[in-house]
Order: sequence, then structure tokens, then C-alpha cells
Amino acid sequence: MAAEIVVLGGGVGGVLTANLIARKIPRTAARVRLVDTTGLHVYQPGFLYVATGAVNGGSLARDVRSLLRDDVDLVVDEAVGIDAAAGKIELAREGVVGYDYLVLATGSHLDLDQVPGLRDGAQHFYSLAGAERLREALRTFTGGRLVVGVAGMPYKCPPAPVEFAFLAEDLLRRRGVRAATTIDFLSPLNRAFTIESASRLVEPIFVERGIAMHTFVNIESVDPVARRLTSLEGEEFGYDLAVLVPPHKGADVVVSSGLTGGGQWVPVDRGSLLVEGQANVWALGDATNLPISKAGSTAHFEAPVIAEQIAALVGHRPARPVHSRYEGKVMCFLETGRGKATMMRFDYDHPPNPPRPSRFWHLAKLAFNRAYWFTVPQGRF
Amino acid sequence: MATTINQEIDARGSFCPGPLMEMIRAIRESSVGQTVAVLSKDPGSRTDIPAWVAKARHEMVAIEDLDGYTRFVVTKAR
Repeated sequence: MAAEIVVLGGGVGGVLTANLIARKIPRTAARVRLVDTTGLHVYQPGFLYVATGAVNGGSLARDVRSLLRDDVDLVVDEAVGIDAAAGKIELAREGVVGYDYLVLATGSHLDLDQVPGLRDGAQHFYSLAGAERLREALRTFTGGRLVVGVAGMPYKCPPAPVEFAFLAEDLLRRRGVRAATTIDFLSPLNRAFTIESASRLVEPIFVERGIAMHTFVNIESVDPVARRLTSLEGEEFGYDLAVLVPPHKGADVVVSSGLTGGGQWVPVDRGSLLVEGQANVWALGDATNLPISKAGSTAHFEAPVIAEQIAALVGHRPARPVHSRYEGKVMCFLETGRGKATMMRFDYDHPPNPPRPSRFWHLAKLAFNRAYWFTVPQGRF
Repeated sequence: MATTINQEIDARGSFCPGPLMEMIRAIRESSVGQTVAVLSKDPGSRTDIPAWVAKARHEMVAIEDLDGYTRFVVTKAR
């Protein structure tokens, strides 16, 4: 009897894992089904460029179907329950579906109501709609106090607020309103963002560009009327335009299943990505509790590890050790403005050593944004 | 007199800035006067946690070096 493999989530982790599993296992040996709520795959790294006016939002979404191999079945439905003990998931329309192997690629989701006043008082670029609203706000901004910060940890793509500050600074300069604008960057940590070596690289660039960095600012509330942010540390910051990364949470279906142990993120073994206490459930990407970047790149490097383990189990063969263990590999670009960028490549044991920002890495990121659709979901890169 | 610990969080499986974020979260959820302990194996916590406590004007009650990890004890002061 063919094995039943279910992948929950149609983002980069889910699509790539489903495609790799189907590539490794003949259709007669397994049925691979991917369940996604919307059936749309959104390239989220593009939001930054939508907000700063470089990219049209319409180019960032495609049908999940168009990215899947023919031998992966797509189910557009909402998963509303997971019963790991019984090996079943419940879908809103199709009802109960059994599985032999389950992959949780359920991502992270915005929680705009966690911080009082955030929804009405601040802008963000963490959804397509949010990025489009922010683009309009920047287009009509005539100067004043621009504040960029983080309203909750962890969040997707740790360097994104830093990149936004640099790209917004460029944009306001080009629009001729930079001289009338102060830019404050509020970090919840005692450096620009999570990664220490990259923070050391970007902090002098903040100084160069006249961006004032404030450390240990964990936003507690936003007053949309007085236009004032208050931090847990007891500081206040006035603003005319506040751009704050919203707090993130795990998918409701995963949290309510008990698999997160009461938290938001699924605890997994850092090498195998097996969910703690489970023998046939894996999680990857933003959904896990791993202390590494929540980023598409993370899911990209995790997917082959899960696909190899499942293919080995279905094929009754040992998993190839090199291909079935995740070493924490992540690779991402970091825009530093003025048409330059740097690149970070790291794993559990090796922090990144980012090169000096250059035109090359900026062009590489732009090229990657276009090449993504034809390479990453299909496992060609 | 020994300090009563209201909440102890084992963040030894977590790496920078995980233990600091656990401390911030616990203090955020505590009432004034309550005490939180966080266990960390990350060397960065030795710098990050005391620096944050000073900035946020809470009370650093103890930094205890134990068997391969450090225990940070903090009282919410305001």
C-alpha cells in the first residue's frame, strides 16, 4: 500500500519538501499531498522592495500549483486540527485525512494586536497589503521623525528592519526630503540585530548615513494619537512615521494541537528536524523553535534533510547521513543602501563573516529575486 | 534572607539572544517585586543580560556560575 505523506503549508519549505519527496519516491510507493489555505505562494522577501517602491506587489504571488511537480497533489483547504497520536489531520472542508508521515511547514504569522496601539499607530512591510500602505506613506512623507523598530521577537528575516532603514534613507534622499527628516533605529538588543558580526558591519553605516541607533528598545505600546512609542525599558520616542516589525506567532492549528508544548514554535531536534516526541512528524522553516533565523533560506536548506529521511523510511533503506542532518545552514543578503549589499552565510557552528558591502551583492540579490521562481521551489538551487 | 524565585526559565538549549529574550519576556509578564531566574549556557548572556537589566532599571540580584552554565536572578523593580 502506498505511504500517505502530507505536507502542511505552501511556502518555500512546504513546496520544496513536497517536490523533493516526490522526486525521490515513485508515485506507486507514496502519495504526496500538500495542503495550503490559500493556494497562493508569496515571495515574502519582495515586500521590502514593494515598500520602497522598487517592485510591483503583483509580481510576488503565484499559484502553488504552478510550482509543484505533477505528482504532488495540492489540496487548497484549511487545516484546523492535528491529532498526532492518531496520525490524522482535520481539514475545514474535506474533513479528516490520515497520514503516515507529516511535515509541518506552517510558518510564522503576524500578531498585530499583541502590542497595544500597533495596528493603528504604526506601518510595517511584513505583508503585501502592509508594504503597499507603507509605500504610499513614504511617497507622501514630507519630512519629520521616521522611526524604524521591532515590536516583538522573534520575527522573520532578522536583518530586514536594518535593510529597510537603509533603503528608506535612500528613497527620502532621492525625494529631496532627507534633510527635513530624522531617522531613528530602535533595536530590542544591544546591537543592530541578532547576528553580531553583521551588526558590527552595519552599525558604522548607520553613523555614516545619519541614522541614530538606540539599543534595548522593546516596544511595549504605541499611542497613535500622540504619535509616541513607549518601551519596556521606560523610554519614549515621538514619531511622524513609525515602521515597526509586528510580533509573530505560530500557526493556530499547530499551537492548538499541543505540538508546541504551550509555546508558539514547534520544538524539533536540531539535526533531524523531527518534532520532539514524534517519530513521523517533522517541522521546518519559521514554524520551529530553532535558535536560527526565521527565513526562507533556512527552510530551503532544511527541506532536503526531511525529504531524505522520509524517502529512506518509505524505501526501507538507511538515510544517507550527509543528506539527512541539518547543520544550521542559512544564507542571506543584506541591503545596505546606495546600491550596495553584503551577504551572510553561516551555520550552527560558524558565524557569518560578511564581506564589505558592494554593488555585486546588491545585483546578486536582485537577480536571485527574479531567479527564485524557477530554481528554489523546484530544488534546482 | 534567600530571595524567593517566582519563575525559573531554563534557556540552556537556546543561543544568543535567546536567553536575553526569555528574561525580557519573563520580566514583561511579572509584577513589580517578583523575581525571575534564567539559566543560560551562552557566553553572550554574561554581557547582554546585565546590560539590559541596568538599562531597564531592574535589580540584578545574582549572577551564579554553576556547572557549565550561568544563573541570572533579576527582580522587577518598576
